[in-house]
Amino acid sequence: MKQSAVQQSNRRAYPRSSAGDGGGVAAPADGSVFKSPGVIFWPAFHVLCCLVSAAAGFRFSRLLFLLLFSPLAPSSSSSFPRQHLRLPLVRQQPATALPSLLPPPAVLPPPPPPNSKSLASSRVVVGRHGIRVRPWPHPDPAEVARAHEILARVQQEQRLQYGVKDPRPILVVTPTYARTFQALHLTGLLHSLMLVPHPLTWLVVEAGGLSNETSAILSSSLVPVLQLPFREQMPVVWSDRHRLEARMRLYALRVIRERRLDGIVLFADDSNVHTMELFDEIQKVEWMGAVSVGILAHSAAPETPSRKQQREGDKENSHLPIQGPACNSSGHLIGWHTFNTLPYAKKAAIFVGEGVIVLPSKLEWSGFVINSRLLWKEAEGKPNWVRDLDDVGINGEEIESPLDLLKDATLVEPLGNCGKKVMLWWLRAEARYDSKFPTRWVIDPRLEIIVPAKRTPWPEAPPDLVFQQMADDEEHTREHVSKKSKSSRSKNSYRKKKKREANVNTQVSDLSIADVK
Amino acid sequence: MAGGFRVLPLLILCSLFQGILGEEHQPNRPTERISGSAGDVLEDDPVGRLKVFVYELPSKYNKKILQKDPRCLNHMFAAEIYMHRFLLSSAVRTSNPEEADWFYTPVYTTCDLTPNGLPLPFKSPRMMRSAIELISTTWPYWNRTEGADHFFITPHDFGACFHYQEEKAIERGILHLLKRATLVQTFGQRNHVCLKDGSIVIPPYAPPQKMQAHLIPPDTPRSIFVYFRGLFYDVGNDPEGGYYARGARASVWENFKNNPLFDISTEHPTTYYEDMQRAVFCLCPLGWAPWSPRLVEAVVFGCIPVVIADDIVLPFADAIPWEEIGVFVAEEDVPKLDTILTSIPIEVILRKQRLLANPSMKQAMLFPQPAQSRDAFHQILNGLARKLPHEESVYLKSGQKILNWTAGPKGDLKPW
Repeated sequence: MKQSAVQQSNRRAYPRSSAGDGGGVAAPADGSVFKSPGVIFWPAFHVLCCLVSAAAGFRFSRLLFLLLFSPLAPSSSSSFPRQHLRLPLVRQQPATALPSLLPPPAVLPPPPPPNSKSLASSRVVVGRHGIRVRPWPHPDPAEVARAHEILARVQQEQRLQYGVKDPRPILVVTPTYARTFQALHLTGLLHSLMLVPHPLTWLVVEAGGLSNETSAILSSSLVPVLQLPFREQMPVVWSDRHRLEARMRLYALRVIRERRLDGIVLFADDSNVHTMELFDEIQKVEWMGAVSVGILAHSAAPETPSRKQQREGDKENSHLPIQGPACNSSGHLIGWHTFNTLPYAKKAAIFVGEGVIVLPSKLEWSGFVINSRLLWKEAEGKPNWVRDLDDVGINGEEIESPLDLLKDATLVEPLGNCGKKVMLWWLRAEARYDSKFPTRWVIDPRLEIIVPAKRTPWPEAPPDLVFQQMADDEEHTREHVSKKSKSSRSKNSYRKKKKREANVNTQVSDLSIADVK
Repeated sequence: MAGGFRVLPLLILCSLFQGILGEEHQPNRPTERISGSAGDVLEDDPVGRLKVFVYELPSKYNKKILQKDPRCLNHMFAAEIYMHRFLLSSAVRTSNPEEADWFYTPVYTTCDLTPNGLPLPFKSPRMMRSAIELISTTWPYWNRTEGADHFFITPHDFGACFHYQEEKAIERGILHLLKRATLVQTFGQRNHVCLKDGSIVIPPYAPPQKMQAHLIPPDTPRSIFVYFRGLFYDVGNDPEGGYYARGARASVWENFKNNPLFDISTEHPTTYYEDMQRAVFCLCPLGWAPWSPRLVEAVVFGCIPVVIADDIVLPFADAIPWEEIGVFVAEEDVPKLDTILTSIPIEVILRKQRLLANPSMKQAMLFPQPAQSRDAFHQILNGLARKLPHEESVYLKSGQKILNWTAGPKGDLKPW
């Protein structure tokens, strides 16, 4: 394509001169009128034009004839719609060697073709045409909206043709509780789930019972939400919190089992980040699958000295830690990549809201997807390497990861090109556990203390503030000028100075006004 | 039992219907059958329908030229070389000229390249004339019909007018000696001197392997509405504008440079092919000549071509229903291009995309090496086969002469 563009552009660069033509367009029959004096005059004129063109660097003859013969104002090509300057297409008599002539002005009728051989039926003519520009060359919003509709429909069709066929519904399990950052995380997850093109049901398990905050955020959801209250309160210590979240997820799985909800269970923590490809990839799972999770454990951490050393010393270690399935070369699951927490054990956060890194557990729940039929009491084709859900979690048994639901963990399917593709990221970012936030993030009633902004001229300023203003003005006028607001301010202060008759300030304000003028 | 007997013929009938209705009912194939005005002919096999005799010309007409400049194999006029190679090893080739329906003269007229890679057409008429003189004196078949059953491949800008500049090309006209022959060329414009009746218009050569190497997964969403990369003003040859592309490209730029739906610029991105696959519409405006490889690229990458070239004749127009596949915009309607494109009904757009997705459509635009079935080589042969049988009137009676061997500009008569 480069070649063709270059060819198209440069195709006549060299031979224009070799063709020996100053302007190169066939002349109309006007040439016949000038035949007798033209024998001497026109070639000489032609030579003159060529010389001037060589000097000026463009085809001067065209411009000259445009100025001489055209009644229109000479103008460059764009900016307003023009008539065609049409050159009728005629067979040139080989003997004439006339320079280019733009067509005669629109007043005269176009010259008749000299020979009867001209192509009367040709609508498309060679020669200079006007460049048509419409008066308002900007997009029309209604058309833009239509274009976006077209794009959306085309993409939907692409998904139907090439994407996932017969998508199974997805059951998203999210443990949450009301806290400062809940709105941030839950709204993000909500919008991600609303973008998923497959049928979705969202099971939100809330610690501490149903709260108004959560309901308020979920009320704007377009996906069906099942809110499940959970009696216990969310603890403050991270390790206890992980355990409670596991119990909450198990509770949701029990609900799925009771109601025989059908679909693929995805564990989406509210602070995690998911890509759309994840939702397409999990459609491939048969019974239980595992995906790779990128661990963003360092995101909340300030620069610790050891980390700096580590980065300077060994660049390769700063890869993103990933938890997920490990495969051998033939694509079979042989083990698990986990996050090595030992180097950070001393600096890890214990309480929610400390400003240090939060460590994930060995295998995060969010890296696993389960076919809900695994959880049902009775299901066709249910494999026997799954423990019955009623037997799990009783008598104080702690469930750390979904692998504890299985008798045989080797039959988990690795997804995402055998774990090579990372499609979601684990992240925990929380404010202090006792931090306060306005309910539903609405400031109502209005705040009680009102403080004026520093640079706003305040009409009813109390007397002590005027001194502050004058001091500011001095700074500003010394810095730079030519802003109307400053001039008005200085005028203000000038007026005030006049009242007070302070010499220094008057001079300064005089200066400022003079400068502005 | 009786019921079972009645059901059986019904089942047979149903399966027959399934077979006849063919591809449209397979849910997995998002394509549609293509039938042009000549019928459902893209999938015809020319083998057995015609015989082609390839003249053995001295290598100065073909091999030596190619040896001097191997760049001829990669530029957009390379069809003449690849067609020769294809015919040499094709099943339609015959070594017995008496039974041949068509005669092919392998002369590479578009291989005299400048240092920049542009073909110079100044010697081409003499070369062609010399080749014709040779075949008319060595074999009797030229004189038998004065070339009416011969075909030549003339892929240059304005075909057999042998000039890159349109006025000069029109002034020269088609080489007189080729008056009766069939021309296979890339140039096509209605009512134009350089397109004679009965010519076969072919797509320009675009390198198939290069395009295959840049394919992206088909589920990548098409998020660009209109795409174009190329010149709008040719400042070297037409600094004031209005001449190049008859002002159409400049008009596109001036009207739509601020429109976010139009991804148009003069850059040469390395992701050009990938971007075309992410676009719904690809502009194919005329340049100095109305045809360009953009049409081929748009078809291969599934982007609906928006052809802005008045009276253009597109490749294989009798076999491919271009009106149903592409969008045609008159040059005077360019300022309304956004209105035109956004007002196309969505079902029409989806249908065009289905037609473009048809693999026989893409194959028909390509010149793969080695040749594959239904590719452009075969479509050329199909076109030649459709012109058979030759009428009796093409065979001249003895002594009858139609061509004037001294017609044309004096410079053409010099021997090559």
